[in-house]
Amino acid sequence: MAWETVIGLEIHVQLSTQSKIFSGSATTFGAEPNTQASLVDLGMPGVLPVLNEDAIKKAITFGVAIDAKINQKSVFARKNYFYPDLPKGYQISQLDLPIVDIGHLDIALEDGTVKRIGVTRAHLEEDAGKSLHEDYHGMTGIDLNRAGTPLLEIVSEPDMRSAEEAIAYVKSVHALIQYLDISDGNMAEGSMRCDINISMRPKGQEEYGTRTETKNVNSFRFIEKAIRGEVIRQIDELEAGNKINQETRLYDSAKDETRSMRSKEEANDYRYFPDPDLLPVITTDEYIQNLRDNLPELPDQKIERFQKEYELKEYDARVLAASKQLADYFETVVATSGAKAKLAANWVTSELLGALNKAGKGIQDSPVSAELLGGMLKRIADNTISGKAGKIVFEGLLNGEGSADEIIKAKDLIQETDTGAIEALVDEVIANNPAQVEQFLAAEKDKRKKLIGFFVGQIMKASKGKANPQQVNQLLGQKLK
Amino acid sequence: MALDKSEVEKIAHLARIAINEDKIPEYASSLSSILGLVEQMQSTNTDDIEPMAHPLDATQRLRDDAVTESNQRDAYQKIAPATEDGLYLVPKVID
Repeated sequence: MAWETVIGLEIHVQLSTQSKIFSGSATTFGAEPNTQASLVDLGMPGVLPVLNEDAIKKAITFGVAIDAKINQKSVFARKNYFYPDLPKGYQISQLDLPIVDIGHLDIALEDGTVKRIGVTRAHLEEDAGKSLHEDYHGMTGIDLNRAGTPLLEIVSEPDMRSAEEAIAYVKSVHALIQYLDISDGNMAEGSMRCDINISMRPKGQEEYGTRTETKNVNSFRFIEKAIRGEVIRQIDELEAGNKINQETRLYDSAKDETRSMRSKEEANDYRYFPDPDLLPVITTDEYIQNLRDNLPELPDQKIERFQKEYELKEYDARVLAASKQLADYFETVVATSGAKAKLAANWVTSELLGALNKAGKGIQDSPVSAELLGGMLKRIADNTISGKAGKIVFEGLLNGEGSADEIIKAKDLIQETDTGAIEALVDEVIANNPAQVEQFLAAEKDKRKKLIGFFVGQIMKASKGKANPQQVNQLLGQKLK
Repeated sequence: MALDKSEVEKIAHLARIAINEDKIPEYASSLSSILGLVEQMQSTNTDDIEPMAHPLDATQRLRDDAVTESNQRDAYQKIAPATEDGLYLVPKVID
């Protein structure tokens, strides 16, 4: 039978406020355990939550960016469950009247099509603390620094039909929250976590199948793997005539499989009720309009501008606008180099991203700053060095050997534009390779283009990459007749 | 609406309250009478009434995003039964 995958995602985003959502404790990542846990975060009797305006502001900013309805009256509720990293015995969250109501996000797929994904809602809640299960004499260690960090839980409609679409959606949300500067989006530090709802149905059937929820997946790669694994598991079950249990599953990245969480924890009876400690949050039209008017340039707008302003192809514009940091890097390179944007785009997307991928690094950890790369492109643009020598300089930049100008000097890479000197090299290479010359002269005109590459290569090599390739080509054309 | 024994046990478990077996009938009847009251209220027509999230007709005051708390870990941990490496220790919660 042909099966159709149905995926909906709940993405938890840590908002980048200075202080917690209901207390004045700091939210800095990586602090000593429990040094950022105040009486409110510890759930001591008699304390009261006081709501952080910046959390409201950041949530609404997200809402207006996805063209969502904002609930101008929004209510907080208690979600009751017991776990040691939740000292109050309830999480303050939202059920009815979440701050952000229905909206949508457009995602671009690999084949270039754009698909609209519905966002059901996005609500504010507080994060829990952390449980450390390694051995503390058979006990569990609790760190409450994270308790009370503001989270925006973004719930999608079940609109995705494949792992690729799900990843494209997660990446769009990830880019958007960074563009909006409402979260650092650092997945390794848990700033963005994902719960994945998956069900299968026979192709053509309208009704949804029974879904499972895979909790707390925290990297793009794991999201993709968890989906692929769970889809195969569900199809196997269904084709064996079994039913899918509606359950919560955990993704085990070490074993690359999802497994059922113990049924004890399945008692999903949260007994929500409005939190009597918090009054309804009322936001005015002016407040929302002001946030809408002050939205920064969003990914789609940037892609469009890059195509117009820099005459880039849509594909390159998309690659460069994939993250705000990369886009800013690119624009800094263009500004410092004075080179053609196309040249800058090529160097950033192929050489730089290639090197970063190889090293497993992101743009924010690039060993070559935008200013340094721009400095090198400036020298290619003003013909001081050839593109080929540029690669040598780039290696030097990667290895921290100084600025482009220093490396060019140290490695003696200034381009040879003296026609006489280049001519001597051309003559030398022609004289040393009579067989290739013969082959070239005997070849059809349309094949010559390919064969001439050999000579250009030899000459560039002989010049240690310093000869100007245009001049070399020109001279070869004159001499090989 | 009358609660049975298993429902009382479930409610107790959700609230993590230990109860005496022989007290269950009493709890069942008290809790059922609360539900009876709710049922009575349900019969009131509330079609044109907007639900309130809070008994006070007031709106939430917001605070500026500023760190106002300093590290008081040592003081707070004085009353904890067990701590180590700055962590609060609790009975192991997973197997």
